Amino acid sequence: MPDHRTATPDPMTVPSASLPATGDDRLWYVYAVGRAEEALRAVARETSGLYGEPLHAIECEGLAVLASPVPAADFHEQALKAQLEQLDRLETLARIHDGVVARAGTRTTVLPMRLATVYVDTERVAEMLRQGSGQFTSLLAHLTGHQEWGVKVYALAAPATPPSSPVSRASAGPERSVSPGRAFLQERRAQRRSRQDAFRAAGAVAARVTDTATAFARDRVAHRPQQGGPLATKAGENISNEAYLVPVEHAAAFRDELTALGDAEAGVHVEVTGPWAPYSFATPGNAAAAGRGAEHGRDPDEGQDHVE
Amino acid sequence: MSESISGRLGGSTGVSPYGQPQGSSANLADILERVLDKGIVIAGDIKINLLDIELLTIKLRLLVASVDKAKEMGIDWWEHDPSLSSRAHAQPNAAGAAPSRDGLEAENARLRAELDELRAAAGLPAGAQGEKAEEDRNA
Repeated sequence: MPDHRTATPDPMTVPSASLPATGDDRLWYVYAVGRAEEALRAVARETSGLYGEPLHAIECEGLAVLASPVPAADFHEQALKAQLEQLDRLETLARIHDGVVARAGTRTTVLPMRLATVYVDTERVAEMLRQGSGQFTSLLAHLTGHQEWGVKVYALAAPATPPSSPVSRASAGPERSVSPGRAFLQERRAQRRSRQDAFRAAGAVAARVTDTATAFARDRVAHRPQQGGPLATKAGENISNEAYLVPVEHAAAFRDELTALGDAEAGVHVEVTGPWAPYSFATPGNAAAAGRGAEHGRDPDEGQDHVE
Repeated sequence: MSESISGRLGGSTGVSPYGQPQGSSANLADILERVLDKGIVIAGDIKINLLDIELLTIKLRLLVASVDKAKEMGIDWWEHDPSLSSRAHAQPNAAGAAPSRDGLEAENARLRAELDELRAAAGLPAGAQGEKAEEDRNA
């Protein structure tokens, strides 16, 4: 991964002595929703969030949201937009957000909020909880006792080296029996075959991964393969990128069996990541799947309608 | 940075049936695809223009996801952004940059021509046909 980090500490990771105690200059950043239980309150007591500010468990109707104050100067509309457009700031925000969510997820079942969900005061946070309580309660019931695991399959094709020119091969090559032109084409064909073989093998492994993982998992979501960018750091080409909702008691076997599928095949790598909080399964569609009612369908905008 | 974050987030974990989280060592692309695209999506009080968020997400998809996919969606502005595109690097005034796809195709054509000449010089016209046919069969 490219190094986006700088020597100067990011202000978001440093406790802010200047953060005002009064409400006007600060906003409330929310990380995750869970049940109003001691486990979540303990997470709030023991964990700090953005700017090193202590987390608060804001409770309403049997639910609680983990939140912490952030300076309005950094999180008003324009500032927030600017932050999200800078990869290093975005990385800090994303890692701290996920850090809080992941930590809470080690103690209890939580629903991760999307990055940068911000309210003007704690009363507005409680109102959000009230309005979403049906959806949150049903999702929490659906996800309890499960973890999200990520599984990516990579084809480790040999790097495409530029073909050496026929002339240089002719002068350097010891095999006088092979003409330069023939050698050139043979080299090209070998490269193509190696690439095709790697992809064919990876495709077969990806199918086995899905079969094996599905046997353990309660639910599955396919993500886009990570390709073509500076953040896609793994050697090889990512041909499948899936998330599974796995019962906690099966997690170790899930990880071991899936990792082994990659080890069994040359030219293929299976990467298992997790446990994650159930990001990929905390969606309105999953609320419907949890049996809250088919009338809600899978409207992707459902989540947007709660606060207007 | 990740050290300072994990330090900041540090504290006792206790024994948990949920095990250790992925934590700060996780791949940034893995984290971003979750915190941006997944989870509970509710409009907060600070209204970020949804169009802006969509644009951000699209930009990030270029970083974390498939460029081919973006092209399928008809998005190709990065082709002209020198910081994102090798093709943009290969504009005439950007000498010494990596060859673009077009450049590789041109080089390919040049090498094929060179190959034909060498074959002719080595007296292998039939061989050239044979190679071509064999290559096509294997394609």
